[in-house]
Amino acid sequence: MLPLTIGLADPAATDALGVALGERLFAGAVVALDGQLGAGKTRLVRAVAAGLKVRNLAAVNSPTFVLIQEYAARLPIAHFDAYRLGSAREFAELGVGEYFEAGGVCLVEWAAKVADVLPADRLTVTLTVTGPDSRLAVLTAGGPTHAALLAELAAALNSTPSG
Amino acid sequence: MLFLALETSCDETAAAVFTGDLAILSSVVASQTALHAPFGGVVPEIASRAHLRNLLPVIDEALRRANVTLAEVGCVAVHNSPGLVGALLVGVSAAKMLAVALGVPLIGVNHVAAHIYACRLAAGRDIFPCVGLVVSGGNTALFRCDTPLSLELLGNTRDDAAGEAFDKVAAILGLGFPGGPNVEREAKLGDPKAYAFPRAFSDDARLEFSFSGLKTAVLYACHGQNVTKATPPPAGPKRADLAASFQAAVVEALTLKCKQALRQTKLTRLAVGGGVSANQALRSALSAMCAKEGAELIIPPLDLCTDNAAMAALAVEKYRRGEFADADLDAQPNFL
Repeated sequence: MLPLTIGLADPAATDALGVALGERLFAGAVVALDGQLGAGKTRLVRAVAAGLKVRNLAAVNSPTFVLIQEYAARLPIAHFDAYRLGSAREFAELGVGEYFEAGGVCLVEWAAKVADVLPADRLTVTLTVTGPDSRLAVLTAGGPTHAALLAELAAALNSTPSG
Repeated sequence: MLFLALETSCDETAAAVFTGDLAILSSVVASQTALHAPFGGVVPEIASRAHLRNLLPVIDEALRRANVTLAEVGCVAVHNSPGLVGALLVGVSAAKMLAVALGVPLIGVNHVAAHIYACRLAAGRDIFPCVGLVVSGGNTALFRCDTPLSLELLGNTRDDAAGEAFDKVAAILGLGFPGGPNVEREAKLGDPKAYAFPRAFSDDARLEFSFSGLKTAVLYACHGQNVTKATPPPAGPKRADLAASFQAAVVEALTLKCKQALRQTKLTRLAVGGGVSANQALRSALSAMCAKEGAELIIPPLDLCTDNAAMAALAVEKYRRGEFADADLDAQPNFL
């Protein structure tokens, strides 16, 4: 399936994308987030958590320091951050494999650093800074279940997949 | 009565020995900061494995410095929440084992509440009720603390913790690790008014923090439209001005929300814990604000601000109330 490219004019558009995605996530979903410092990864995660009806939105923030945070929501959310990690092996040694199998939703910031240990069937969201407030989001599905999710999301956002 | 306390919630492995009347006999922290530095802030090894390797020597050293033996310990305390679950489990498992082997009670302590309690230790007297600010690499949150054990969350960060923002802006500016002291040093050379960086929620009463927009603003001020292929700026007035203006924005946001929290709760004490409270600009600003508001400011010395096991002396309060943990004490990663 072709990637889905979405221009995000402002932070509110990032929030809308995150909520729409969160509403459609399923048990076992893995969302990998990439983009430089300040690209909006944590902001997108907050919106995804809101879309998943997280019980306490105030608890959702950056796990850079603590590496993993968990939140109660429509599906349990595990929020990872690989910023401080040196290798995919270190990420694996945190026991992340168990989270991928646990039937919740896994959201991984700085995913490119640990891509080797992420399930191939995942949704990758890459955020690019295009202006002080604007971002470009490119969403790619790595396997059939997430391709279905991406198609559903594309239809909901009324966008056309593009190369 | 002697307490032995363990801390393994994140990067630091720590142990402390204290008495039932809150005399700290020893506090040992196996800091990994020196190990981190060559890697630019990256964790060189998984925390739980480092904790496993460090914990027993750190306990031995804490006992040795306190000049006591394990057999004299009458209670074992451990930070069991919040933190990284695999890291917390190392301390929790060791504490359980020690409590069982010694036949003494076990007490689980909340690490964030313990950061506030460090102010009680530093003050040497009761400081409750107070407003508590915990500001570190992992937390930036305000609490209403009516007693040492009752923390009511007033506000949290929506994205980065303040200490994390210092580390990440240090990376943007090429100032290396640890970000806090390096940005502070660079800021001394610059003009804090050179850039008008955002102070999130400065015009409303919500006691929340956000430092992510500030990070992006620094990125743009630093690199303009070339943000995606940016390399750190060279040393010079621009870099110093960016550091100074960034630090000023963080300090002002933290100080303003503390002031609002004092006014909203009508409390007259502010207790501050966590590693960022080592920042001198923050200390000066909080001190000036509290003087103006007629409030008392309590910030412990640095070794009690950063992660340590002595602040688990909060266990003494639980001991007095008979709040002991069962053998099934669990590591609770969640803060809220």
